[in-house]
Order: sequence, then structure tokens, then C-alpha cells
Amino acid sequence: MSSTFFTEPPHWHWLVILYFFLGGIAGGTYFLAVLIDLFGRVMDRPLGRLGHLVVFPIVIVCGLLLIVDLGRPERFWHMLVQSETWRPMFKAYSPMSIGAWGLLGFGFFAFLSFLGAIGDAERSRWPRFRVLRPPRVLGTVVGIVGSIFALFIAGYTGVLLAVTNRPIWSDTPLLGLTFLVSSASTSAALLILLGWRRRWAATGVHVLARFDSLVLIFELIALVALVVSLGNIARVWLNAWGALLVLGVIVAGILIPLALNSRPRILGSLTVPAAAILVLVGGFLLRVVIVLSSEAV
Amino acid sequence: MAEPMGFFTDTTVCIGCKACEVACKEWNQLPATNGGRNTLSGDSYDNTRRLDGMHWRHVKFIEQFAPDRTDGRWLLMSDVCKHCVQAGCLEVCPTGAIFRTEFDTVVIQSDVCNGCRDCIGACPFGVIDINPVSGTAQKCTLCYDRLRGGLEPACSKACPTDSINFGTIRELRAMADKRVGQLQTAGEKRAYLYGADEKMLGGLNSFFLLVDRPEIYGLPPDPKIPSRNLKPGAFWSVVGAVAVGLMGIISFRNRGGRDV
Repeated sequence: MSSTFFTEPPHWHWLVILYFFLGGIAGGTYFLAVLIDLFGRVMDRPLGRLGHLVVFPIVIVCGLLLIVDLGRPERFWHMLVQSETWRPMFKAYSPMSIGAWGLLGFGFFAFLSFLGAIGDAERSRWPRFRVLRPPRVLGTVVGIVGSIFALFIAGYTGVLLAVTNRPIWSDTPLLGLTFLVSSASTSAALLILLGWRRRWAATGVHVLARFDSLVLIFELIALVALVVSLGNIARVWLNAWGALLVLGVIVAGILIPLALNSRPRILGSLTVPAAAILVLVGGFLLRVVIVLSSEAV
Repeated sequence: MAEPMGFFTDTTVCIGCKACEVACKEWNQLPATNGGRNTLSGDSYDNTRRLDGMHWRHVKFIEQFAPDRTDGRWLLMSDVCKHCVQAGCLEVCPTGAIFRTEFDTVVIQSDVCNGCRDCIGACPFGVIDINPVSGTAQKCTLCYDRLRGGLEPACSKACPTDSINFGTIRELRAMADKRVGQLQTAGEKRAYLYGADEKMLGGLNSFFLLVDRPEIYGLPPDPKIPSRNLKPGAFWSVVGAVAVGLMGIISFRNRGGRDV
């Protein structure tokens, strides 16, 4: 029996799962919005702007979820500042410590890009903030550095789980990769839903759907690799959690959306949003299965 | 730094009296379970069941009986935090609440801990849990306050059979080696030390003499530090990020200005 089965669960439940899901979406959406800004066409820029407008509020919600989940929420700042010496509290080998600083940094860049998106509106009251959006030099720098933070936020939660001694979590090095890829697919799905039925976003949505299909194939490969890397430990999924992983995450969250994206007219105008909603549900269930199946051991 | 201190627990002389549990609770003013309501396990004399934020000592009652009850034995073991030299809890703690003392023991500062619970999943032995009264993670401190005052920890002081021995690690290892030799000479060939050398997490400052496999006592056979997964986990995440980034660039760039 693996030594990980002699440990105790950390009681990370729905607030943590929601953070993993929303944090992944925030990171992925920011990254995609910057990609649209830097590599998309001019007509797609409103879609990127929409992305930046939703990311910052989601980051605020993420921070609140993490604070509320603490046993002593009023001490949340102990993650960042040493309570006795007032020096910065940072451990390069603790994913939660790195994550706390990463979320702070990402929040900063998400805020700058949020301001940039507000300034970039057609009749904005704060046009001076346009400087914070590409193709301006400052906006490009903000977008690129912010994207590094965004990708970190999208994936570090999987590494955080791996750097424990719990069954499943610490029995594979692939959770960070799986969460990151899932963040990309769910973020593309969110942007697709945001752009759906907006005439100006039609071409952007089409490209996002194509990107989502590519990422979903990658996610499927990552999931298979994750199960293989678990070896005998994967037996703990021979129960309802395993069924949820196969039916909810793989079939409903990956295979059906892939089929819908390859037959865009099968449900008429509802095909694209149906696929996007299923991807979002699958991404959420992935985190539910990963977190709660180990908590249940 | 003072010489490393710790516990050597000889499970072969434990009689399951639970004086250590009581002494620990008394000294550390730990709350009673369920507000003091009497709750029995119903299937064992062990009603504590596990180590957690309110139980820093736990006497395990392992009952090994043949199905027909003609043969059997009790294995009794007073379990506690192992005060690992390479401590997983200390590694992951993001607030600095967990620190290594001048006695080479591992202590959680309750006034610094914010209850993130990362240390609970990181501990290879399932020792730590949240104390519902303080809302913080708690575990054995090896009576850090008593040690600073030149006193012996409460549990070893109370142990009536010297199953729990306190002292410097050097002295304890010598004592443990002698005891293993004594038992093996007397015919108990299964006697061995668990966690006494550096092979297990750099050495456990609370180590045990056992007479069966570790799993029988609810101890992991091969405990590891959580940071073993940091580099490979980060590497594969970066691989994923690069792959997703390339897919994104290709998806948007491939349009090449034509309508889709």
C-alpha cells in the first residue's frame, strides 16, 4: 500500500474547488484576451476587451474565497507578511506561499488590464487608460508580464495539490499540467459564451471554438497520462468518483463538446454555446473529482 | 543550538493506560471531544481513535486475533508527532507558523497559523489537524514550554512503564539499540526500530520500537517529503503552458487575414 494512504485530508472542500475553477478561468481568460490583443485581428479586440473586463472581478472573488476558507480569515495577511517582524513572508519551495504572491501579482496586472479595457471603450470617460492595452508599448508589456502570472495561476493549484502527501494528489506530477490545460479549455468556453450572439464577435468565437477543440484533445491526452501515471493508485477511482470522471469530465466535458465543435450545425445556433457550457461543467467536475476523491480516502 | 531532543517509544512495554494522553491534555489545556460528552468507539478500548488538533497523543490498540479467538495479541502504541528532521509540514507552511526549535523539534505557533490546512495534507503521518477551538492547525510541541523550562515533556513524565522515553537523540538511539538487542536475544526476533536512522525523512526525532510491520501500527512504510513533487510538477506545468501558448498563437495567427 502506498504511504500516501496513511495521511489525513486537509478538509479542502467546495470553496477551494470553486477557487481552483475560477482561478483557472481567470488565468486562462487573461491569457486568451492578451493573445487576442497581440495576435488577433482588429475586429476581435472587443472580445479581448470583454475578457479583461471579467477577469479582474473573478480574481477578487478568488481572493475572497481563499480568505473565507481559512480557519482564521482575519489572519489572511500572514501569507504575505510576517506578523512579528513585518518582513515579507515568502517560501520559494511552498506552492501555497508562491501562489499567494502569484495571486497578488496577477490581481495587480488584471487590474491594470481592467483599467485598460475600461479606457478602450468607444465613449470612455477615462481614455487615458488606453495606454494599458496593446498595441501601446506599456499595454503590451503589461499583457505579456500579466500573461506569465495568468498561466502560473492557471496551473499552480495542481502543483499545490501534488506537493502534499495525499493519495492521488501526490502520486502524480501531472496535476499542474492537467489543471492548466483545463483552465485553457474552460476559459475559451467562457469567452465563447461571452461573445455568442454578438455580431462583432462571430469570427473571434469561431477561432476560439477551433482553439478549444485543440486544447480539449490535449486535455484528453493529459487525463489519460494522469491516470497511467497513478498506476495502482488509480484503483481508488473504481467507484462513483471514477464514474463521474469518465461520464462527467471525459464524455460530457470533452468528447461531446469535441463532437459538437466538429458538427457546428447539429443543434443549430445552440451548438456553440452547448459545447461551451459542457466544457465549463466538465472543467468544474474535474476539480470536484480530483479534490473530493482524495479527501474521501 | 541545544542537542537534538526527542522521544523513543518502546511499544513492547506500553500497557495502554493512556496516562500520556491525559497528561498531554492537562498540560496543554486541550479541549475535550464533543464538548466533553462521552462518546465511545463501540468496537475497541481506543476511544480517541486518531491524532488531531485536540489529541496530540494517541494510544493505539491493535487487536490481532485468530478468527476462532484461540490465539491473539494486543499491540499497544502511544503515537505522537514524529518531529521529522525533514518535516513536510514545515516545508509547505506558507505563514512561517511552523518552525524548528533549538531542540530540533517542530512546533506550530498558534498565534501565527491562519488555518490554511496545507500542513495537514503534507504530514506523511497524518498527525496534524485543526483544533476547532482555536481554528488553527495544532499538534504535539514536544512540550516546548516545558523544555525551555528544563522540564521533561508531560507525556513521558507520566508514563508509568517507561514506554515513552525522553532525552537527547544520541542517548535515545543507544538505549533503543540496546533494547532491540535485548528483545532479539530473548526470542522476539521481530523487534526493530522505526525512524531511528537518517534514512527516514532525515531521521524521526520521535521514533519507535515495533514488533510488526509499520502498516499494522498505522504507520507509513515509506514516508516522503512533499517537496519531491515540486520540480516535476512545475516542469510538466511549464510544458503544458508552452503547448497551450503555441496552440493559441497558431489558432489566431493561422487566420492570416482571411475571413473565417
